[in-house]
Amino acid sequence: MPKYLVLLYASEGDEATEQERWAELPLWRELTDGLRDAGLLVTNAPLHRTDSATTVRVRDDEIEMTDGPFAVTKEVLVGFYLLDCDGLDEALRHAARFPTARYGSVEVRPIMEQLPDLDAPGDDSLG
Amino acid sequence: MFREERMAVLATLIRQAGDFQLAEDALQDAFEAALAAWPRDGVPRNPAAWISVTARRRAIDRLRRERTTADRAARLAELVRLDQQEHPAAEEAGDIVDDRLRLIFTCCHPALDPAARVALTLRTVGGLTTAEIAHAFLVAEPTMGKRITRAKSKIANAHIRYRVPARDELPERLRGVLRVMYLIFNEGYSASAGDRLTRGELCGEAVRLGRLLVELMPDEAEAWGLLALMLLHDARRAARTISGGYVALPDQDRALWNRAQIADGLRALDRAVRFRRPGQYQLQAAITALHIQAADPDATDWQQIADLYGALGRLNPSAVVAVNHAAAVGFAEGPRSGLDRLEPLLADPALQHYQPLHATHADLLLRVGDRAAAAEAYQQAISLSRNAVERAELKRRLDQIDHR
Repeated sequence: MPKYLVLLYASEGDEATEQERWAELPLWRELTDGLRDAGLLVTNAPLHRTDSATTVRVRDDEIEMTDGPFAVTKEVLVGFYLLDCDGLDEALRHAARFPTARYGSVEVRPIMEQLPDLDAPGDDSLG
Repeated sequence: MFREERMAVLATLIRQAGDFQLAEDALQDAFEAALAAWPRDGVPRNPAAWISVTARRRAIDRLRRERTTADRAARLAELVRLDQQEHPAAEEAGDIVDDRLRLIFTCCHPALDPAARVALTLRTVGGLTTAEIAHAFLVAEPTMGKRITRAKSKIANAHIRYRVPARDELPERLRGVLRVMYLIFNEGYSASAGDRLTRGELCGEAVRLGRLLVELMPDEAEAWGLLALMLLHDARRAARTISGGYVALPDQDRALWNRAQIADGLRALDRAVRFRRPGQYQLQAAITALHIQAADPDATDWQQIADLYGALGRLNPSAVVAVNHAAAVGFAEGPRSGLDRLEPLLADPALQHYQPLHATHADLLLRVGDRAAAAEAYQQAISLSRNAVERAELKRRLDQIDHR
């Protein structure tokens, strides 16, 4: 079966907008579950905001790190890796190894592991 | 409680709580609790330990209320375990040193914006308030607040680990830490605008951070080199300006130099060079030391200064170093030799707008007696200068040509 990368783009809203969007979480779950049940879903993940991104470039054998997302408009997305790392340093170390880092940019963006659980009760079980 | 102790408590609490913001908030809670309890019950025998235990309990309270924190259960369990230890304050001395280093390296992490590294280091390691930092860097307080908050949330979201870099990354990461400290120092030292007093405090803060770093990493030659450089520069602060005007080193009133601090700086430099691992800060400090140690400006050992600039240029090639090298050669071997050195720089299109190049060119031209060319070069330097104090000094030199 051919595979497709489905990329979601949106403007980064303020906190109120984010809250509004998270209110649609049940709809997201329904969609994701539907795709999984149909055997179509390989993986998916929400990303942290671009201000937690780091862009890595290698120029003249020097690793350049920039805080924030890639900002060169003539560069387009050409591929992706989803890595399981011990922390940002390990992810950045590998990011600098991809040839793209030499002629383009490699953006390292953390995956949001925990979705805001708006109606879960506080956990008082630990003492 | 002293700032040093506050920093040490915070550094350990960040490791235990696993989050900058949570640790800072909990520490703030603990200080508020101390304000209420100490006047009533008396100051505890070990105030730092009291604050540290109270802050950890407040962190536990905060985590219980906070539902959306990642790894919440694991962090709570760890904090509760620490709280129930029989000797909660009995941590190894080694741990405390490590925590402070962890904090410094995390604040200076290369994935953070350079301005944010400076701000976060001053806030968290230095213990300055956001208002003080905003004031020193001439930005609005909310802007500075956002910069610091953003850095902390990136550390949390992107999982910048709270650790001292491994041996293979240490040299590069240490250079990053030294750069942050030097940036803080330079902001205080070379600023022409703003509140002078606050700017001077920024230099003092950088020196304090430098002292802390050599205490934590006593075997790093460049850490000693940077401390020496900052001490030697800062010792001459009072002599650098007279009623707002810039005074070049040869014209400075040496009676205004802080002799004790100079001795301190020379000791640090001596300590650095004994490692026989030269670096840019040691070389710069050595150059400054030679200027200072000359009995009078005419007795300056320009040949050695020129050699040191040569070494610095091989290690860290830059326009600043190349121009200073040419100026030093101009004093050591005569203005014609200096002009020869300047030739390739003047031909470099990338340096056409570099003000110090033209100012140095003008000085050398004047010394070989080419007054017309010197006047032209001064004018070019003046048109490129964006600093009022510096511009006034260049104008003064230009006016002198006309009156000779």
